[in-house]
Amino acid sequence: MRVLATIKRVPITGGRIVLTEDSRAIDTRHLGFTMSPHEECGVEEAVRLIETNKGDSVVLTLGPPEAVEQLRDAMALGIDRAIHLQTDGQEWDAEATAAAITDAIRADEAANGSFDIIFFGNESADSGGFQVGIWVAYALGRPCVTGLKKVTLEGASVRCEQEVEGGRDVYVVPLPAVLTVKEGLNLPRYPSVPGKMRARSKPVAVTSPARPASRLELINLAVPAGQGRRAESLGIGAAAAPAVVDLLQKTGVL
Amino acid sequence: MSVLVLMEPGDASRQTLTLARKFGEPLHAMHMNAIDPFSPDALATVLQRAADKLQASAVLAAGTERGNEVMARLAARTGLPFAANCVAVEPVQPVTVTRLRWGGSLLENAILHSGRPLISVAPHTVQIEPGPEPTDVDVKPLIAGLDERDLVVSVSGHVAPSHGGVSLSTAKVIVSGGRGVGSKEGFAIIEELAGLLGAAVGCSRAVTSAGWRPHTDQVGQTGTKVAPDVYIACGISGATQHMAGLKGAKRILAINSDPQAPMMQNADYTVVGDLKEIVPAISAEIRRARAGRI
Ligand SMILES: Cc1cc2nc3c(=O)[nH]c(=O)nc-3n(C[C@H](O)[C@H](O)[C@H](O)COP(=O)(O)OP(=O)(O)OC[C@H]3O[C@@H](n4cnc5c(N)ncnc54)[C@H](O)[C@@H]3O)c2cc1C
Ligand SMILES: Nc1ncnc2c1ncn2[C@@H]1O[C@H](COP(=O)(O)O)[C@@H](O)[C@H]1O
Repeated sequence: MRVLATIKRVPITGGRIVLTEDSRAIDTRHLGFTMSPHEECGVEEAVRLIETNKGDSVVLTLGPPEAVEQLRDAMALGIDRAIHLQTDGQEWDAEATAAAITDAIRADEAANGSFDIIFFGNESADSGGFQVGIWVAYALGRPCVTGLKKVTLEGASVRCEQEVEGGRDVYVVPLPAVLTVKEGLNLPRYPSVPGKMRARSKPVAVTSPARPASRLELINLAVPAGQGRRAESLGIGAAAAPAVVDLLQKTGVL
Repeated sequence: MSVLVLMEPGDASRQTLTLARKFGEPLHAMHMNAIDPFSPDALATVLQRAADKLQASAVLAAGTERGNEVMARLAARTGLPFAANCVAVEPVQPVTVTRLRWGGSLLENAILHSGRPLISVAPHTVQIEPGPEPTDVDVKPLIAGLDERDLVVSVSGHVAPSHGGVSLSTAKVIVSGGRGVGSKEGFAIIEELAGLLGAAVGCSRAVTSAGWRPHTDQVGQTGTKVAPDVYIACGISGATQHMAGLKGAKRILAINSDPQAPMMQNADYTVVGDLKEIVPAISAEIRRARAGRI
């Protein structure tokens, strides 16, 4: 079986987002980076599927040279190899991202055969376009099920559970398929030390696709107003308990 | 020229209509339940047919899970760009939009280069305004002759929610614990207080990653978005991704040993100190108050 997971490098923004001077990006000078929790669950699921069924697990990202860190993180969890579509760090819109990912998938499949499952995050952490996986699925002519919290192989099909208000909807689609997943799909393992060691020598195939003009073209970013509330102190330590209960009574909670 | 809106029950679609009117009139509505059971590719196909027939200048939907999903499929089918979770639009060409990033922690202004803008409207962000109502599209002739491939992805079953108790997304009161709670067992005092208040228990991602609570309890950008009257945050630092789930919270009470924690800056009420002392003291005080009332 062959499984692909796609991930995107994003900053860990902490308690407050600070923008660059031109307001076109987050100031990441003092920040660490990660992938979306949704995507991490896709990676974990890919690793589990290959542990059970044997085969080839691959991770793919479109991002700057530093995004190799996130590819190594995924390989530390057990992914076999990586594809890095390198950019100069500029924004790519969803459509362009999907086109580059589709080309890379076609090239890998031409050499190694079709991926049975391709995992995407339901939405990226930063731009939240809710669409790259769907564009890729349409381009490849494969079924796509979104927002999944559970994925079970059933022979040549996959049973998918999608979270909805009041439970979960079930879909059963034939493989090969594109699945977009959410955090909660599984509990990703922590990378082991040997896992991290092995990840260092796993293969990363690098290409540099050309960036087409964006049709959803970012002008600038802004931090929404009115976030800082003015907090009223109810006191310090256990002595504050009566004030808390007063508040709960006043607000009708008690 | 006309404008096509994919409608669902609820306020999110009323907000969508408000933005849709900016693109002009007349307004036409297609409903999410036009194809039952839900089949997103089929809906996207029918939406495309309706948009072509009406020569729609724009197609809009609410930025719900389903709204975004069907719009993304419409985009991929037609090769037109799609802007998800917009909070404002400027309909004069070139169309500009303001949309949510990072689950609402950041706004993006962008140009949507398209002859037929595809837009979803972020729920709870637009003030509903009255205006002309849409007329329903007659979908019957549009559904006829759907390709079998459009129906491969269709809902074929349903699983009831696995856990009982108060649902996080609709809870009026939430007692939520973060890494500061210290352990799985540490949540006993959080559960006790929640029990006394008839509240739901919530948590941060640090807690779910550690395996102390199930992901169904997680509040935030990749967890549940909540809208309680009171949110009691115990030992949660207030990372932007956690706060992204709290936009609908009316009042936040933060309990934290660090007065500088972002949660303490973003709360309405604060108590500084060790939650392991403060939370049980609040529970005891509630019991005392109740005993006194009898
Ligand atoms: C793309 C992305 C998505 C994410 N989505 C989510 C999400 O949906 N939800 C979410 O919660 N996080 C999410 N995160 C993670 C988020 O960035 C933070 O890492 C996380 O919220 C931190 O959890 P925490 O506040 O419990 O832990 P910490 O940040 O470690 O904070 C612990 C707090 O407890 C206080 N404390 C410690 N001991 C005590 C004590 N005895 N008494 C009182 N206070 C004490 C400390 O002062 C501190 O403020 C996401 C991250 C990324 C990158
Ligand atoms: N630059 C990228 N590199 C690799 N995968 C990506 C990239 N951007 C988006 N994706 C994938 O597409 C999903 C949805 O992204 P989006 O449509 O931006 O919300 C993400 O969760 C990723 O799995």
